[in-house]
Amino acid sequence: MAENKLKTPCKAVVIGGSAGSIEVLLKLLPALPSVLSFTVIIVVHRKNSAESSLANLLSLKTAVPIQEVEDKDAVLPGSMYLAPADYHLLIEKQGVFSLDNSEKVNYSRPSLDVTFESAADVYGPAMVGILLSGANADGTAGLKAVKNAGGVIVAQKPETAMSGFMPQQAILNTPIDFILDVNELIEFVRSLNTAS
Amino acid sequence: MMIEDEEVDLVLNDLFEIYGYDFTNYARASLKRRINRLFTLDRFPSFAEFRYRLKSDADYLKHVVEGLTVTVTEMFRDPLFYKTLRTEVVPTLSAKPFIRIWHAGCATGEEVYSMAILLKEANLLHKSLLYATDLNPEALEKARRGIFPMAQMKLYSENYIESGGKQDFSSYYTAQYGQVKFEDKLAEKMIFSTHNLVSDRSFNEFDLVLCRNVLIYFDKDLQDRTLRLFDESIGKLGYLALGSKETLNFSTIKPKYKQLNKEKIWRKIS
Repeated sequence: MAENKLKTPCKAVVIGGSAGSIEVLLKLLPALPSVLSFTVIIVVHRKNSAESSLANLLSLKTAVPIQEVEDKDAVLPGSMYLAPADYHLLIEKQGVFSLDNSEKVNYSRPSLDVTFESAADVYGPAMVGILLSGANADGTAGLKAVKNAGGVIVAQKPETAMSGFMPQQAILNTPIDFILDVNELIEFVRSLNTAS
Repeated sequence: MMIEDEEVDLVLNDLFEIYGYDFTNYARASLKRRINRLFTLDRFPSFAEFRYRLKSDADYLKHVVEGLTVTVTEMFRDPLFYKTLRTEVVPTLSAKPFIRIWHAGCATGEEVYSMAILLKEANLLHKSLLYATDLNPEALEKARRGIFPMAQMKLYSENYIESGGKQDFSSYYTAQYGQVKFEDKLAEKMIFSTHNLVSDRSFNEFDLVLCRNVLIYFDKDLQDRTLRLFDESIGKLGYLALGSKETLNFSTIKPKYKQLNKEKIWRKIS
């Protein structure tokens, strides 16, 4: 990938997914270098459970452990964060996370739209929003907000997704910048890194 | 159309200047989202019209306060938390002549009824008082009535069993027209009152203060102020219980408290 379209150094990569996205994350996250110049924020729909096992599962092969967010945790570059089950995840301009357990959005909590929209408000053109496999329409409005704020938006190629509906919605309804399969996605995220 | 940061400031200023509600130290990202949600749901053509309505219509203010505060709650939410209350906290209170508990930010009261059930099953309800406060009068009115939707009872019953409950959960309520009413015996020991954690003071000394999923809507400064208010309100060896993703770690009161294993329950040790 010669050109990632970002006009300013990337500060945050926000990745949203639902059914079928965990297998993509299990390939993508371990392929990222151990030193990253940006923050990675991951939001995945899942059943509410007391155990935070998804963060552990995703951290198995990554260089940096993935941290499940607690309220007002600092948002640091080079770190990877996961939205906890049953809370919406928002980002404050002071560089901390806020959790919110108000009404579900698109039948989901965490909702991808909520995090994409909040990140767009904070990072503007310095962010990338990536939408992975899923069977619901969450994420499309959020990617629109990212695009409107000047960020870059990416969808997983629907035919490579276990559930193509969610990325397909975004492709149909937003001016998507890139439609990528998993290997292209890995290459794309690596191209955003300016740390060495 | 979106309400931007400067306009959020104007709304917060109006709420404070005209009505005395101080939301300025609420976590701005979720507050902004809720203001935008109201603005969209109520279909205002412009921000100016939204602001005019808010400034001139006290009934609309009520609706705004309800819309800005989150009242999502459930009975025996996070069942393992209730299990810890049941097995490790409630037994240490049993020798006291009186047990005083404060549910701060109780919303529609589901957690207060859960607590009353725990106390009843430990044979302690008769000597307990449960103070339940919220800044939202409409939510408190619902809490006072003890009437909840029937559709939730399956989940609540499962939560109750997972929390270690041994009774038939449906024995605590009577069902009618898609609603259930919890038995009056549970509510007898509850005192409902409006209280704003931003502006009101400590009003008693408690053995246990529960404030779950309220601090997440505050910024760090207001969180710390509120935690100090709780500290002033918790007696020797009393407990403080927070939501599953909330913490004392950023607060000045932390050294005075010891956390109980993995749950978000702290005991005052000095």
